[in-house]
Amino acid sequence: MLTVRPKRAQTVTIFQMADSVWVPIVESAPPVTKVAARHSGLVRVTHWITTVCFVALLVTGVEILISHPRFYWGEAGNVLTPALFQIPIPASRSTVPTGYGYVLPDQNGWSRYLHFQAAWVVVLTGLVYVLFGLLRGHFQRNLRPARGDLSWRALSTEIAKHLRFSAASEAEAWSYNLLQRLTYLIVIFVLFPLVIWTGLAMSPAIASAFPIAVRVLGGQQSARTIHFFVSVLLTLFLLVHIAMVCRAGFRSRMQSMITGRGAINKEQA
Amino acid sequence: MNKVSRRKLITGGLAATAGASGLVVATKLARSYGLIPPDGVGLYGPGETLTYAAQRILNRHSLAREFAPSQISKPPFANAVAPLGEGFKRLQDAGFGDWRLAVDGMVARPASFSLAQIKSFPQRSQITHLACEEGWSYIAEWNGAPLSHVLDVVGTLPQARYVVYRSIQSDWWESIDMADALHPQTLVTYGMNGGELPVRFGGPLRLRVPRQLGYKSLKYITSLTVTDSLKRFGKGLGSAEPEAGYAWYAGI
Repeated sequence: MLTVRPKRAQTVTIFQMADSVWVPIVESAPPVTKVAARHSGLVRVTHWITTVCFVALLVTGVEILISHPRFYWGEAGNVLTPALFQIPIPASRSTVPTGYGYVLPDQNGWSRYLHFQAAWVVVLTGLVYVLFGLLRGHFQRNLRPARGDLSWRALSTEIAKHLRFSAASEAEAWSYNLLQRLTYLIVIFVLFPLVIWTGLAMSPAIASAFPIAVRVLGGQQSARTIHFFVSVLLTLFLLVHIAMVCRAGFRSRMQSMITGRGAINKEQA
Repeated sequence: MNKVSRRKLITGGLAATAGASGLVVATKLARSYGLIPPDGVGLYGPGETLTYAAQRILNRHSLAREFAPSQISKPPFANAVAPLGEGFKRLQDAGFGDWRLAVDGMVARPASFSLAQIKSFPQRSQITHLACEEGWSYIAEWNGAPLSHVLDVVGTLPQARYVVYRSIQSDWWESIDMADALHPQTLVTYGMNGGELPVRFGGPLRLRVPRQLGYKSLKYITSLTVTDSLKRFGKGLGSAEPEAGYAWYAGI
């Protein structure tokens, strides 16, 4: 079986080493007595701050979107210029021709305030996470796919396994499989930076300071359109993430992300 | 185990203390450098302050992007405007010959300029992007006098920190800091795309602030007040926008 990579015992050793910065582990101490942390404090705290911010950004983002549910490509776009596409929903402004006979209440004020405040918190949290993740080898240890796993064969086996909805193996309670690792890496290092970049590129003040950041995206309206699609991808990730957590065992996975302790432990059971 | 907990407690406590005192020092510094926006209070105060302070540190002098004539949106989109009222109608019927722009507050020589006087000031032209907070935008050419020139004529006093500007629509008033007021692209505009500034787009006089969203580019301006504090204006939040729930700083 491919996915059985880091054995439980191995994980235990690693976290003992992490703790041993201050207290040297006594050689004779049996490893089983020590409860291994599934997720480090850094991962758990940044995870939940990000969760709260993401929900705030999603709700307010949708709210801002409905004030003009039309998308364009290039620098400028409005109801007099052709749209790239329009989402068939009612709008919160009467200037947008939606085909609906009514206009939704305008909530852009607090939505924009909260959107940017949540963005600040999640960006600063993300910086702490990435910085400490790199320093402490979190990405190296927990997210980088093992060299042997990075092949089309391994990938297709893993995808096939997911498509068959086979249950997660015991080892997966303690580590991530190849698809998980790749997905998390893409979310952390591609989608989040892209959604921040395209968000900033919509700002007229940022555009004045870093015009190139707007130009390479194709213009301010292109930035808005890309921002929308990346947000859709992040939301899809969130839904699949929650679905997988439920499937793998909601209680145990929640417990390990809140307390840090792995709940699945056959040796203790 | 105890050792680790105690050390963690001490480092954690130290970090928390350092963080809290750092925050206090940062707030004091931000206040003394004028980096706290007038609506930087309440629930969303921290986010607004971070945004405004970051922008002022990063791009106090940056220039809004200018575009080629071929990129001008044809036709541009004019947002809906509330009814302009009898007073405006009378001025419009007279060809805006009696339109005045009054300038007062912390200035050496308060004045009231006619359209003709403003048109006699050095003219600047720029092709810039106007984006609405709703999400749409257009590119247009704007012609007008730099606000910095108007402020030079009246002689702003050194303690000036903000310029308040008002529309003939009494619900609408705005303000900008001196970084934007003295910015070379901030124009008192009376022309658009080579012609007169149409009423739909804010004619006869609109203050164009191209590094901020459309709502800072107030239409139908009739007066400017130079001030060192925004506390005395409206509810003290800087403009009509925060009173309606929108941010004072609209560079994002």
